[in-house]
Amino acid sequence: MPEKIKITINDREYEVRPNQTIMQAADSVGFRLPRLCYHPKLSIEGACRVCIVEVEGMRNFVASCAYPIYDGMKIKTNTDELRRARRDIVELILDNHPMDCHTCERDGNCELQRLAYAMGIKTRHFEGEKKNYPIDVSSTSVVRNPNKCILCGRCVRICSEVQSVHNLGFSHRGFKTVVMPAYNEAFADTVCSNCGQCINVCPTAAFVEKNYTQDVFQALSRKDVVKIAQVAPSVRAAIGEDFGLPAGKNLEKETAAALRKLGFDYVFDTQFSADLTIVEEANELLHRIKTGGKLPMITSCSAAWMKYMEQFFPDLIDNISTCKSPMSMMGAMIKTYFADKIKADPKNIVSVAVMCCTAKKYEAARPELMVNGMRGVDHMITTREASWMIKSAGIDLVNIKGEEFDEPLGMSSGAGTIFGATGGVMEAAIRTAYELYTGKEMPDLDVKAVRGLKGIKEGAVMMGDKEIRVAVAHGLGNAAELLQEVRKNPDKYHFIEVMGCPGGCVGGGGQPYVGLNCVPLDENLLRKRAEALYNADRNRKIRKSHENPDIKRIYKEFLGEPLGKKSHELLHTHYKQHYPQGIIPGGGKC
Amino acid sequence: MNKDNGTKIKELKEYISSVKDKKHGDSYLIAVLHKAQDLFGYVSREVMDEISLEMNIPTAHIWGVATFYHYFSLSPKGKHTVSVCMGTACYVKGADKVLQAIKDHLKIGIGETSKDGVFTLQEARCLGACGLAPVVMIDDKIYGNVTEKNAVTILKEHSKQNPKS
Repeated sequence: MPEKIKITINDREYEVRPNQTIMQAADSVGFRLPRLCYHPKLSIEGACRVCIVEVEGMRNFVASCAYPIYDGMKIKTNTDELRRARRDIVELILDNHPMDCHTCERDGNCELQRLAYAMGIKTRHFEGEKKNYPIDVSSTSVVRNPNKCILCGRCVRICSEVQSVHNLGFSHRGFKTVVMPAYNEAFADTVCSNCGQCINVCPTAAFVEKNYTQDVFQALSRKDVVKIAQVAPSVRAAIGEDFGLPAGKNLEKETAAALRKLGFDYVFDTQFSADLTIVEEANELLHRIKTGGKLPMITSCSAAWMKYMEQFFPDLIDNISTCKSPMSMMGAMIKTYFADKIKADPKNIVSVAVMCCTAKKYEAARPELMVNGMRGVDHMITTREASWMIKSAGIDLVNIKGEEFDEPLGMSSGAGTIFGATGGVMEAAIRTAYELYTGKEMPDLDVKAVRGLKGIKEGAVMMGDKEIRVAVAHGLGNAAELLQEVRKNPDKYHFIEVMGCPGGCVGGGGQPYVGLNCVPLDENLLRKRAEALYNADRNRKIRKSHENPDIKRIYKEFLGEPLGKKSHELLHTHYKQHYPQGIIPGGGKC
Repeated sequence: MNKDNGTKIKELKEYISSVKDKKHGDSYLIAVLHKAQDLFGYVSREVMDEISLEMNIPTAHIWGVATFYHYFSLSPKGKHTVSVCMGTACYVKGADKVLQAIKDHLKIGIGETSKDGVFTLQEARCLGACGLAPVVMIDDKIYGNVTEKNAVTILKEHSKQNPKS
């Protein structure tokens, strides 16, 4: 097979790689054909037809996303006829769309809106029946609005192909086709993991997060309560994108300052409680290794992963670390340790978490995570919701003077920072476990084997004479694959990290919508966000969780020992099988 | 016909295990749904859950297939199935009015079953009896030249003449 073949696009010849589609070939030589249902990480659907091109010798236009190139192919991408046909296609989609752009969540960031502009749709030629379905607001995390759905199927494919949840499908047919869970079940009662990736890939606002910004604004206006925020690592690595800054800028101090300007009395750092998680988790791992406890131990920080595990892998519950997530540990510390410190009644504290995640909204409401009968986190808002609040309050995040997080729950090590990227929890845990186990300093703190965007990463760390075999998976589909392996081969690993979203928390379901010239889940974007965290780690003086002086202090003043009585009460939890049961096609049964 | 539920489920499971390990076993889903409908008269949620577990196919996918094909009924059927032809010839001869009259009389919509469990209402495409348009089929009997006035009488007559246990 020749290395390159010749194709002609708009009367000009190009040499391109064979075995690709017209769209891929056109992309590679500087054309960007319009597209809606296509996504490079998902299977080809060929549903929307907006990517049609003309091929010499073909009677009809062909969908460039699905049609393979051949040597000598002559393609036209921009004839009058094509332009008219594409415009008609987009107009027909628009005709069955609410057209309430100015009040829509995705206004200014909607692929359909951009496409209508690019197609030059100035007037409306069609007027027909519109769909009218109820909006499903049952879930704590995800809102499904079928009226805004254009049936591109990206959500269906990401939910099955990338996340292996298989919660969504096309139901009914023709004009009555709707994307919905089985039996049109309310989202809250489905296998949905709340990961929010359907929101990330949706070109319109058919999926959005459950919005809690009004609850938070209301709480902020109260004089009789103490308002406390915590911020996840990945939020600072991405929030700038919502304000027009290039990806990969770490706005740690700016975010803290903006939240204080919003009216929070204290702004704490979830990276502090990430350090706390690591100290508990590393101790738990060593305890399991020394006492012959259940191995491999699997991390429990990711809220989407936890619900997924309870529905798809309940047989592995004993393998799951009992540590609460950093968000919930922080919630518990705010309502106990910190409430004591400021002599406030914890009932008069409103604790708000700003997270890159939609699943944490579900986690925040879990009854088993209650602290003395109260929620540790009263409201959870996503990066996007936080951006909107900051914009809405007229705060200039870009030019603001940065501020530090508040004591005593605001100082963090580099290990806490990298929690936001896939492999980060593993790396942080190894740094602490190594030193606890061997009593020696770890020679090189960078654990390169667990970094990067490979779906499943494996490695081994020598802790003295003991070899610890580890594996890391990001995205629930990769997690499912890894855990099927664990079912077959339980002794293969000692320690496994799972993050529910592709790329880890930096690719979370609550992160900013991608801007122009970028697609959701774009690896370069995920890499840049992760890099913002790894850079912060590199520049930190303290890079190990157990060396964080405020962590030492909280154990001394309040918690006692890692895995001690108080830790167990406030920082640990247990999981149980959850229904409906999940099915992984081709995989073993639960 | 009068098997108990346990026997029916057992028969369905046996059928599934006879096909699921074949090459492209998943593609037998439609055949399995047909079998389920033959056994139970309709495809219930419980049956779809059972198929999902047995065939290891997510329910969202099964639901998609079951709702795509009009043949599958998702709720129990009445004793008699009334199909109003909405093909072109019947339509221009006023099938929509006939359908409306039946809907009003039975107080149900398309795909639903009357409260007393006697009639299930369906739309049909051309039944190939255009000369008799508009046409209504009840069970396997064709009634031609139906009007909004005589439609209800035809329903009553049919159920009287064809009592089913």
